[in-house]
Amino acid sequence: MQLQELEVTRNMKNKFDIRKITGMRLFMPIVCLLAVLLINVITTPGFFKVTLNNGVLYGYVVDVINRASELVILAVGMTLVTAASGGQDISVGATMAVAGAVCCQILSGGQVTTNTFENPLILAMLAAIVVAGICGAFNGFLVAKLNIQPMVATLILYTAGRGIAQLITKGQITYVRVDAYKVFGGYFGKCPIPTPIFIAILFVIIVYIVLKKTALGLYIESVGINGTASRLVGLNSTMIKFLTYVICGVLAGVAGLVASSRIYSADANNIGLNLEMDAILAVALGGNVLGGGKFSLMGSVIGAYTIQALTTTLYAMNVSADQLPVYKAIVVIIIVTLQSPVFKKFMANQKAKRAASKAVAEGGNQS
Amino acid sequence: MNKPKKKLNGNSFLLMITILLFIIMYAAGMIIFADKGFAKPQMFLNLFISNAGLLVIAMGQTIVMITAGIDISVGSVTALVCMVVANQMENHGASAFTAVAFALAIGLAYGLIQGFLVSYMEIQPFIVTLAGMFFGRGMTSIISTDMIAIKNEMFLAWANYKIYLPIGTYSKRGKFIPAYIYPTVIIAVLIFIVIALIMKYTKFGRSVYAIGGNEQSALMMGLNVKRTKLKAYLLDGVLAGMGGFLFCLNSCSGFVEQAKGIEMDAISSAVIGGTLLSGGVGTPVGTLFGVLIKGSISSLITTQGTLSSWWVRITLSALLCFFIVLQSIFASLKKKK
Amino acid sequence: MEKDVLLTMRDISKTFPGVKALQHVDFTLRRGEIHALMGENGAGKSTLIKVLTGVYEFDSGVVRMAGNDTPIVNHSPQDAQKAGISTVYQEVNLCPNLSVAENLFIGREPRKVGMIDWKTMNRKSAELLAELDIDVAATMKLEEVSLANQQMIAIARAVDMECQVLILDEPTSSLDDDEVAKLFKLMNRLKDKGVGIIFVTHFLEQVYAVCDRITVLRNGELVGEYQVKDLPRVMLVAKMMGKDFDDLADIKSAHEGKGLGEKIPVIEAEGISHKGTIKPFNITINKGEVIGLSGLLGSGRSELVRAIYGADKAESGTLKVNGKEAKINSPIDAMKLGMAYLPEDRKKDGILADLSVRENIIIAMQAKRGMFKPMSRKEMEEAADKYIEMLQIKTASRETPIKSLSGGNQQKVIIGRWLLTNPEYLILDEPTRGIDIGTKTEIQKLVLDLADQGMAVTFISSEVEEMLRTCSRMAILRDGKKVGEIEGAEMTQEGVMNAIAGAGGDEKHEE
Repeated sequence: MQLQELEVTRNMKNKFDIRKITGMRLFMPIVCLLAVLLINVITTPGFFKVTLNNGVLYGYVVDVINRASELVILAVGMTLVTAASGGQDISVGATMAVAGAVCCQILSGGQVTTNTFENPLILAMLAAIVVAGICGAFNGFLVAKLNIQPMVATLILYTAGRGIAQLITKGQITYVRVDAYKVFGGYFGKCPIPTPIFIAILFVIIVYIVLKKTALGLYIESVGINGTASRLVGLNSTMIKFLTYVICGVLAGVAGLVASSRIYSADANNIGLNLEMDAILAVALGGNVLGGGKFSLMGSVIGAYTIQALTTTLYAMNVSADQLPVYKAIVVIIIVTLQSPVFKKFMANQKAKRAASKAVAEGGNQS
Repeated sequence: MNKPKKKLNGNSFLLMITILLFIIMYAAGMIIFADKGFAKPQMFLNLFISNAGLLVIAMGQTIVMITAGIDISVGSVTALVCMVVANQMENHGASAFTAVAFALAIGLAYGLIQGFLVSYMEIQPFIVTLAGMFFGRGMTSIISTDMIAIKNEMFLAWANYKIYLPIGTYSKRGKFIPAYIYPTVIIAVLIFIVIALIMKYTKFGRSVYAIGGNEQSALMMGLNVKRTKLKAYLLDGVLAGMGGFLFCLNSCSGFVEQAKGIEMDAISSAVIGGTLLSGGVGTPVGTLFGVLIKGSISSLITTQGTLSSWWVRITLSALLCFFIVLQSIFASLKKKK
Repeated sequence: MEKDVLLTMRDISKTFPGVKALQHVDFTLRRGEIHALMGENGAGKSTLIKVLTGVYEFDSGVVRMAGNDTPIVNHSPQDAQKAGISTVYQEVNLCPNLSVAENLFIGREPRKVGMIDWKTMNRKSAELLAELDIDVAATMKLEEVSLANQQMIAIARAVDMECQVLILDEPTSSLDDDEVAKLFKLMNRLKDKGVGIIFVTHFLEQVYAVCDRITVLRNGELVGEYQVKDLPRVMLVAKMMGKDFDDLADIKSAHEGKGLGEKIPVIEAEGISHKGTIKPFNITINKGEVIGLSGLLGSGRSELVRAIYGADKAESGTLKVNGKEAKINSPIDAMKLGMAYLPEDRKKDGILADLSVRENIIIAMQAKRGMFKPMSRKEMEEAADKYIEMLQIKTASRETPIKSLSGGNQQKVIIGRWLLTNPEYLILDEPTRGIDIGTKTEIQKLVLDLADQGMAVTFISSEVEEMLRTCSRMAILRDGKKVGEIEGAEMTQEGVMNAIAGAGGDEKHEE
């Protein structure tokens, strides 16, 4: 509330106010990121040190930004889905696995391992992304058209998705041992910066531009805030929700390709494992309400980097990958509790009580 | 008194479909795989033996789903229970009885916390239990990332105690081979009966239905909605703990990846058995048939032999999808009426 | 307290932020009477009932029940129920998935050894249903029972819980004539047993058919308590709508004579109907004309415009826009044909609470242009500024979330939203409800200005004098039917009220 007032007064004083508003909205996510970075600096002295080895950049920071790439891409999709439908897509990890499986299987021409492309790379990648888009469309159909709660609807693919991926790869791990395939998860030519970083930034920019150059962003927020009112001003709520799920699916497909390229294989059981939770966490950490409505894409992106930084910190503190979810689950519960109307009401009541007692005290002083 | 007109409404129609589906599926299996012994009574009992844990877990799931909630943490609760039970007995010298207490305590703690967050803090059940799911899986791996096999004698004695039934088949030489079950089946069936009675004959059970039917109305009629919801999640948690223990008696081990996707099995069983995702409708009996269908699918696919085990989950998901769409169609038909 | 008095409410006041919902209202209910509580939108009927049943707490006043020496204060519907006050709402508050018997007994089921005794419960239910002459089986599921019977079951539940005061809050809105007759029979039975019934309805005929006494509220104030036989229909309508003009200038005179030249129809609707709410309806709306739809709440006035706009799909009929037949399946179709619709419920259907004033203003225009032709930031800001200035919207800035504006200013934002789309036909459903008097006049003036500029406007309001001031023609609705159309000299308080009151009124109404 106070933040809002601040915004308002600033707006009135200052004409160049837009950036300041987004600045305010991103305040909490940035604070979180800084806090995590601070912890990192303390626990790992050489955290910000970046060195050039064999023509590529090394260092914790590079690692965090590199490893966060898939998560950033997922978080973007998850943000849109959350904003429009007030629920989350928990099938993104499985969709990643499916996309990876499709791509590798086409590239290997059905063999378990291959050293040359059996089919054109472009074809394989397009096919993977189309299949991922279809996964998203399936979710979108269940949510937007049949009005099923988003998480129940996406639970179907969450469970079946990895099975489908297994079927595609015939239960094996398909290897594509071709350098051209390793580019997307590794390095491009002599560029010292890992490719995933560019891919993540590229897709964030694409989605950002789509939201800015079309009215989609505004439509999504309207539908998420009030579906009936949106219909009355001429928006097609069903279509808009459906679209967000398709976008989310496509982005999950892209993330799946990056993940698959990193290990130049399609490992149906491990690609994107537990990433759905991270993506939801990124959205929440980015200051977005999980109940839908207004959203901040940049917040989610910062949230995603924060989580990866946190993951790296926990690794540095000798927490194994299996144990990470424990801490993340606790953070999620804390965030949703803070966001919950019951908690907000409780805080407001406390505030009102304090104000009332203050007023009484002041009244006493006057008399 | 007027005789009620017995109209076949959408919900009982869904249950009918389920029961029919089970009979057809099983009968088809008996015909196609007759040579592989699918028609033997033991085969039918095996459905219960391998799904005793699931049956108990699905009971809890049914209850929370009737309140229009959901619990996707049950799979990881099962894994956590198995791991704690195995770890306590193998590494800390606990007795099998203490292990039961541990299992129930874990379930209770889960039920209490998740129930509080859902009912009193009004957080979406999905988010709460999703976090619960990741939490449980992570805790399991904190205890041990390696598989712990259970060698406790009493535990194994419980697990392997065969109870012979007076039914069975005759071998080629005419020798009677009695069919058997394990104690887990008896416990699971007892729990099923108790839950069925609770849902039908107690104020709590009926309040659960009322809340799922229309929460606002339930409140207006003077029911304590929050407390009832908490109780529902509590019961669900305890049943998940108990189901986890039965699961453990079946697998005799604890490891991180255990019971993965069992939440999906439980939810599908409930939905296939006629529980509405929107709440208010569902019966333990229906869920029992849902579990049996899930069991039949797995035994059909195992018996067939060449299909990948992934087909079980994919078939089940497809079936779940089919029933969800059916529910949605029935709901819109009802609205039009 | 008099001997037969059951309940008294004295000097009740209740304020919501910015609204005085009830001001010093008195209400008295006697044993064995059916007492109608009447008033238009915002009169305070539902607030009074919610105060009585503990949904809201009142600011000041005293409530007394017979048999209690001290005043009673209810904090929740459960409290009220314990005190013997039960409510049956328009929306049945029962559980559709449970059986009739369960709905009657849930929370207080008969038990045997700790378990619910279904046999006894079903038997007791059957007895209760038989006693009240409700023809349903106790074992049926509630959702299989007709709406009327659900309503009766809700009443049966209340009665069986030994209520002394039964509140029926618009129970008849969705019932047909036969069902209403059954309900009245039940009400009369209860009345004979000494139950005091508070009956909230907007159907005048029903009041005269079943009630003994009427209390009328207007704008949160008590107008008076009357015996039904002493108060003719027209008088009742007059009391509900308020006869006295407020101090506002007769703004219409300034516009007299303008825009009434040649009649060019913009909208021609023929046989438009919607299931359960409006019967086939003809209406023509001309360029530069403000046509009022007048009728009581629930008469079909809102439903008609919703069907024209495509918010609800019309069941039958044809619609011509500018002489061409139009197919309207959803609001966007209507918008593309130049229509604009300000919905009745601003909070639920109008505002996008978390979005800024700017976004709320441009959203309809943006939707009309389509997703791939976004308005530039500059266009949006210009549009927002233009309407903030033109409509004098009081807001800290154009980026302030609309939810932090006052009701009147929110409404102006919504009006701005539609003016931006440059409509040929503007529908305003209760644009002035819950808005301060100053803003009200502004909106009325604006409507007339728009009409002068050639816009066709449909104006719906619960206040007759507001309609008389703004409309050039009025269609009168009753029970989903058009019962008359009046114009020019016929447009007087008398004329309109007679038409609304309808059959049984003292004068004939026009067809």
